Amino acid sequence: MSFSSKTVLVTGASRGIGRAIAEHFAKLGAKVIGTATSAQGAERIGAYLGDAGFGLELNVTSQDSVDALYAEIKTQVGHIDILVNNAGITADNLFLRMKEDEWCNVIDTNLTSLYRLCKPCLRGMMKQRFGRIINIGSVVGSTGNGGQANYAAAKSGLLGFTKSLASEVASRGITVNAVAPGFIETDMTAELTEEQKQTILAQVPTSRLGSTNEIAETVGFLASDGASYITGETIHVNGGMYMA
Amino acid sequence: MSNFEERVKKIIIEQLGVKEEEVKNAASFVDDLGADSLDTVELVMALEEEFDTDIPDDEAEKITTVQAAIDYVVSSAE
Repeated sequence: MSFSSKTVLVTGASRGIGRAIAEHFAKLGAKVIGTATSAQGAERIGAYLGDAGFGLELNVTSQDSVDALYAEIKTQVGHIDILVNNAGITADNLFLRMKEDEWCNVIDTNLTSLYRLCKPCLRGMMKQRFGRIINIGSVVGSTGNGGQANYAAAKSGLLGFTKSLASEVASRGITVNAVAPGFIETDMTAELTEEQKQTILAQVPTSRLGSTNEIAETVGFLASDGASYITGETIHVNGGMYMA
Repeated sequence: MSNFEERVKKIIIEQLGVKEEEVKNAASFVDDLGADSLDTVELVMALEEEFDTDIPDDEAEKITTVQAAIDYVVSSAE
């Protein structure tokens, strides 16, 4: 399907999975707005999107920053049809060593950000009787992972949020779904040592890391008209490492 | 005043898909006009737009009848 009449907002779009998603929607003809935490990041997004859209600075942990983003969006493009909550961080540590900061930052950035980003978007979506919200989760939200109690808690929370919001707004033509990537080749997984990588790959039946494009394709499908009857669902894209 | 009342009622008719004669001042959105909780949220959003105002959540929760909506709009315009 063509997305030429659609406007997409992708958070955390300067690199990795977010960038692949933003580029994918641009290729499909959508107007794309990508966010990054820094001005340079926003510029980078504008550079790769070209005529297809632009980048804006956003700190998902700040309500003021989110308000400013939506004010800017309202002036420049009106409403958002498709929201992809992708921005996320990790702060891995053994739980017994985990600082409250590490816990709170991860929950705030990966989970509470959904509250801030979804609420203003829903207004326009309800009026249009159309909307797609796609939250990027993680396989560890379902499996758990030692050293990532904070991250797994946030990503599990994201799944519960997805289902709840999906129930509330389904009657208005808005679907809310999650995509849960497994191990994908990004800066986040590049930090892993070769040994860690081999241990992970031993659990992945496809014996390779996924590509960011494979996540973007799934997000694109969920945003399409063909996915209208799918809501509150989590699609796992993980090469078979976890089969829900 | 009557102008406000007309505008409020017009929005209620549009939002809830009800007939003009059903929109009596004492009518409750949920009990009489068949609105669900999300309809009432949407109705408040529509009122905010029509009257170019922000209705705080604690005020919005009190707008449960046609008269309450009219009263709110009138008092906030004063």
